[in-house]
Amino acid sequence: MGRYVVRRLLQMIPVFIGATLLIFLMVNVMGDPIAGLCGDRQCDPATAAQLEKEFGLDKPVWQQYLTYMGNVFTGDFGTAFNGQKVTELMSTAFPVTIRLTIVAILFEIVIGITLGVVTGLRRGKPVDTSVLMLTLVVISIPTFVTGLLLQLLLGVEWGWIKPSVSTDATFSELIVPGLVLASVSLAYVTRLTRTSIAENRRSDYVRTAVAKGLPRRRVITRHLLRNSLIPVVTFIGTDIGALMGGAIVTERIFNIHGVGYQLYQGILRQNTQTVVGFVTVLVLVFLVANLLVDLLYAVLDPRIRYA
Amino acid sequence: MRGATHAKWAACAAAVALAATACGGGDSDSGGSGSGDGGATLSASWGDPQNPLEPANTNEVQGGKVLDMIFRSLKRYNPETGKAEDMLAEKIETSDSQNFTVTVKDGWTFSNGEKVTAKSFVDAWNYGASLKNNQKNAYFFGYIDGYDKVHPEDGSKQTAQTLSGLKVTGDLTFTVKLNQKFSTFPDTLGYPAYAPLPQAFFTDHDAWLKKPVGNGPYTIESYTKGSQMSLKKWDGYKGDDKAQNGGVTLKVYTDNNTAYTDLMAGNLDLVDDVPAAQLKNVKADLGDRYLNTPAGIIQTLAFPFYDKNWNKPGMEKVRTGLSRAIDRDQITKTIFNDTRTPASDWTSPVLGEAGGFKEGLCGDACEYDPKAAKKLIEEGGGLPGGQVKITYNADTGSHKQWVDAVCNSINNALDNDKACVGNPVGTFADFRNQIGEQKMSGPFRAGWQMDYPLIQNFLQPLYYTNASSNDGKWSNKDFDKLVDEANAETDTAKAVSTFQDAEKVLRDNMGAIPLWYQNGSAGYSERLSNVKLNPFSVPVYNEIKVS
Repeated sequence: MGRYVVRRLLQMIPVFIGATLLIFLMVNVMGDPIAGLCGDRQCDPATAAQLEKEFGLDKPVWQQYLTYMGNVFTGDFGTAFNGQKVTELMSTAFPVTIRLTIVAILFEIVIGITLGVVTGLRRGKPVDTSVLMLTLVVISIPTFVTGLLLQLLLGVEWGWIKPSVSTDATFSELIVPGLVLASVSLAYVTRLTRTSIAENRRSDYVRTAVAKGLPRRRVITRHLLRNSLIPVVTFIGTDIGALMGGAIVTERIFNIHGVGYQLYQGILRQNTQTVVGFVTVLVLVFLVANLLVDLLYAVLDPRIRYA
Repeated sequence: MRGATHAKWAACAAAVALAATACGGGDSDSGGSGSGDGGATLSASWGDPQNPLEPANTNEVQGGKVLDMIFRSLKRYNPETGKAEDMLAEKIETSDSQNFTVTVKDGWTFSNGEKVTAKSFVDAWNYGASLKNNQKNAYFFGYIDGYDKVHPEDGSKQTAQTLSGLKVTGDLTFTVKLNQKFSTFPDTLGYPAYAPLPQAFFTDHDAWLKKPVGNGPYTIESYTKGSQMSLKKWDGYKGDDKAQNGGVTLKVYTDNNTAYTDLMAGNLDLVDDVPAAQLKNVKADLGDRYLNTPAGIIQTLAFPFYDKNWNKPGMEKVRTGLSRAIDRDQITKTIFNDTRTPASDWTSPVLGEAGGFKEGLCGDACEYDPKAAKKLIEEGGGLPGGQVKITYNADTGSHKQWVDAVCNSINNALDNDKACVGNPVGTFADFRNQIGEQKMSGPFRAGWQMDYPLIQNFLQPLYYTNASSNDGKWSNKDFDKLVDEANAETDTAKAVSTFQDAEKVLRDNMGAIPLWYQNGSAGYSERLSNVKLNPFSVPVYNEIKVS
């Protein structure tokens, strides 16, 4: 197990370097970031040169990358164009997005897995068919449609919620946005769990467990669910990163000032420091989430531990 | 069973949200009960300012809004007429249009108690002009003597720290020496870049940036960068344009559609940018609580005069022909729902007749006539390469829609499907980048939002040889000469008419195609009254009344 963890950790290094280098190059080839700073007019050349120097944009790209990575390891992510430290932007944006992600993941786990278990155990019954239909509908509707629709109905027509989330972005405010963000993944989790449960229900070990006379509850939770959850855990694990980075649409609709909003602003203003900084952290989140998934495998299926 | 659980959650969320609303409402009520209507606050939509909030570093509307609330300069533009009126200036005198003596009114203070003196202005202007401070509006001080020393154009080492043209001559007086005659210079002093700054700005710059201190009708109570700023009425304010409400909370919105939804849900009081998608319903939604008034913004198509193809003799006919091929009336009606007005000169209606706006100055050249257009383009030698590409940035606004419409109009006039195509560029920064590198191969989108309501501002920065925003590099000796003459003219009416003569030179050569004047739009809740937009399309916050 120990060697397994070490190997997984070492694998993360090239992925991390590759991903950050790629995003760094991509942002830089888009053109001169200073150009858009002066509004509908050209910056005067002297000020532009001065700004380039200040943000280190006058150096060759490889040198910029090295300096940047060097700084990152000391916790310095540079300065955004509006004069704020990128770390400061992160400290306001990440907590909000993490809360949103937690809400979304909870929805996926609680609703998704429950529905999946229920339908998996009652395959072909009316409950199963209707849930399948429902998930199909959810998957086929884009998030921004669900979001705008819920916002209009719950926020404006019925007045149950505020259409936009306040600066504090408390958990209670994030319930509807979280549901919207989770909706598609939730449907996938339901379907994954359902298939997995339905498959394993007929496997030998379940039959053995039933034959031993174990209570139904114990058969389902200890034997059936534990094995059926492996693909679901993989999905949810990788989804953590996807939800955090992919919240741009949901965050825009509900006016949530999180990671998606900062990334969007950064790209629009071609602010290298913001974009690369946030993406670097997101890459780390992806890597850690994947690592956790792999470690969870080992818990769920002891055979993997010895591989 | 599952459904029931779900419903319970939704109800719970609703209850929490409602409770929160109730709490919020209660707070503002109790705050307002003491001083009646004057104490109530309003909330308004806002966008995240692009640069740090410093007067000489703010060149976009969102930061400008705040500066307009917390600063007052020597002059102020009348929110209705756009005329420059004395604010902190007791008097500004000159005998030769080049040397000015400024007297500052006595008794004004900053909200931290510091006195506003002549030094507050001179220090602020020196700071704004100095290259080492990276101020994006530094070029505003370019007319002042000694600018080339503190802000060398080639970016070499600056040889002076202060502008030699500025001298403090008394507690409340200072003199300004310009490097050229510029009769309307005093009228430019209402621009936020010329605001005075307190000593606190220089002694603890970081603290000031966290919570800017000015001398205007509002003070900043709290500022969470990127999300919210709450401004409070400042009781010690000296001017006669005191705030009519208790304060304004500016909320940053990720999307103006969300702001509009919030307004509809009663969660926001004022939206000063009605999203294009809502223009169709806005009258039904808001009735007379929807404002659509002219702003000092004009959209044009500029040409790359650095490209031989666009600069050879006869091309002025092609350019005029293109202008005549555009059906401005129809495009402004169908695409913009009348939030734009077809342009017939190169300025803006907000200047007024006396200020230099002249409806119809463009004459035939801006009138839609497909037959004449086709003839003119043929006479001029046809389109370079047989096709025009109109370049625009596709990230903001509805540029794609109107560029496609303009191309359609040109294609119809020329009976050629491929005569005109749009050429989108992904981001504004890249668009600016390509313009800066002179990579344009055909006409490109050029918008101009005025800095100050003067005809000079619509002509000189855009079309004078090598001017700061002359992106197409248009150059014409007659035009330059007339602008110089107009600037030296002390009689305002005469200066304006000379500027209009220059504008006629621009027309005869079709240096840029005027498309339409842009309006400012806003919508507000039933709680508000007396909401207006100034000529810069910014709400006049201090005059808004809250019930």
